[in-house]
Amino acid sequence: MTMTEFAASHTDTREPILKARNLVKTFGRVVGLDGVSLDLYPGEVLAVIGDNGAGKSTLIKCLTGAEIPDTGELFVSGQQVHFKRPQDARVHGIETVYQNLAVSPALDVASNLFLGREERLPGLLGSVFRMLDTKGMRTKAKQELTRLGISTLQDVTVPVENLSGGQRQAVAVARAAAFGSKVVVLDEPTAALGVRESNQVLQLVRDLRDRGLPVILISHNMPHVFDVADRIHIQRLGKCAATITPQSHTMTDAVAIMTGAATA
Amino acid sequence: MTQQQTAGPPSAGHADLAEEFLDRQTPLSRIRNILHRYPALSPAFVLLIAVVVFGILNDRFLRVENLSLITQQVAVVGTLAIAQTLIILTAGIDLSVGAVMILSSMVIAQIAVSNGIPGPLALIAGLAVGLGAGALNGFLVTRFRLPPFIVTLGTLNIFVALTLLYSGGSTVRGSAMPGVLTWLGSTFPVGPVRISTGVVMMLLLYVVVAFILGKTAWGRHVYAVGDDKEAARLAGIPVSRVLMSVYLAAGAVLAIGAWIQIGRNNAASPNAGVDLNLDSITAVVIGGTSLFGGRGSIWGSLLGALIVGVFRNGLSLAGLDVLYQTLAVGVLIIVAVSVDQWIRKVKS
Repeated sequence: MTMTEFAASHTDTREPILKARNLVKTFGRVVGLDGVSLDLYPGEVLAVIGDNGAGKSTLIKCLTGAEIPDTGELFVSGQQVHFKRPQDARVHGIETVYQNLAVSPALDVASNLFLGREERLPGLLGSVFRMLDTKGMRTKAKQELTRLGISTLQDVTVPVENLSGGQRQAVAVARAAAFGSKVVVLDEPTAALGVRESNQVLQLVRDLRDRGLPVILISHNMPHVFDVADRIHIQRLGKCAATITPQSHTMTDAVAIMTGAATA
Repeated sequence: MTQQQTAGPPSAGHADLAEEFLDRQTPLSRIRNILHRYPALSPAFVLLIAVVVFGILNDRFLRVENLSLITQQVAVVGTLAIAQTLIILTAGIDLSVGAVMILSSMVIAQIAVSNGIPGPLALIAGLAVGLGAGALNGFLVTRFRLPPFIVTLGTLNIFVALTLLYSGGSTVRGSAMPGVLTWLGSTFPVGPVRISTGVVMMLLLYVVVAFILGKTAWGRHVYAVGDDKEAARLAGIPVSRVLMSVYLAAGAVLAIGAWIQIGRNNAASPNAGVDLNLDSITAVVIGGTSLFGGRGSIWGSLLGALIVGVFRNGLSLAGLDVLYQTLAVGVLIIVAVSVDQWIRKVKS
């Protein structure tokens, strides 16, 4: 029995929240994804690792609506979906934190949390004059931060560019995890951070999982991956080379599979 | 805004945050943070100083008639600056604002005078021209993803040529037009001062646009798109649609600017407003709006337009040659952009 089969049989008693089957994505003559499948179960952290150009980012973009796969199927809670834009994925509760920190630096924390889903005032002010409910959004932003246990962001009126790297990442993660999302996808969340800030973000990932929110974590950093992941999906040359767990394999094994020196 | 800061419950996290802020606070960086938060503050300061200095230099400067004259002189540029601000906030630039306004004013005047169309309908035709021009710019920017600088450089020439072709190079005098077209050139007394309706119209536009930019989701999206286009897209903002609507809104504002221009000059001339493009950019830049997008305030642009008006008026009252006015404006632009660069370094 291969490792992939083992992992599958180990968990297939539950319905995956997010299921991808045979995703293919090409860019001209370059094959980004070559038939990749992936399952994400409730309350787990699934890490996706792979060398540069192995298709990690393309896979994530296909899962989150940023790219449209050429062929393949996507299911959310067992229901087939077709994402054409990031909003479509958001509607289905899949929220993404991108590597380049998709926050607007000049806007404050609350505005960033509500960016693209602003709430208007009730009554005529909201419907006719389309006025934003700034106060209400700030209050809700605070509540959500408290609920998610993010203590580094107390003042939601601070422009994001005045925050440290870890705090910005916390804003991005909070936006993804807030407002009833089902899946949080984190693309290299610790790549630009220092040691202490990385640990804060990893703790945040564990907290999200402990609150029952499944997380997909894309990372280059093996210690981080082995620290928080429950399962590890290894991409190689546009395909899934193996799905392992931190218990079944060592970091050296994972690197060997990633580089093609070994198979699972 | 500031009372919100203290409203949060005191906790370990709060202390942590305060600590992180404290070790970066110097008096200079505090000023920078404040300027950063309220971009209209530095132009307001400059305007205040300019008014005081020119007031001391020449006692005619502060007379109400003179101040009223300055506002009338900035009414057109101030209106164009609204359109320009909207576009610069999205990290674009519009070199065609003056040309669109002139084209619109010629269409309004010509069809009213030569074709005998009633005044209000002529104004609607002018609005259509503004919207059409905005749609063309917006279409080229969003669909073909051309840089706004290049698009509007091209359309600038197209609109200038269209204006001359359409008008045959001749000016339409205000006395020949229906009264509504020159209405914005009229004045009404408020106490000892005569206020121009054109100035009131400009201020009204500022209030409306400030409300939209500050209080609606669309306004926030305009800032977000200019701040970081990719981040805005990933946050689910329809970037192209926002950009298109910005160019359309700018076109509509320019059509109103055409109406103000006809009133101000009591004529529609195809050769008016050669400097208006650059003057509008000057007003926006001096007003503290960043050319890199996403940062700035519409009120800053009004202040910027007023600063230019005050400098020109004050320097000429002080008996200086026109060339020195231009020199002063040039220095102002460079100082304003330097300040903007300095403010942007706020981040860690």
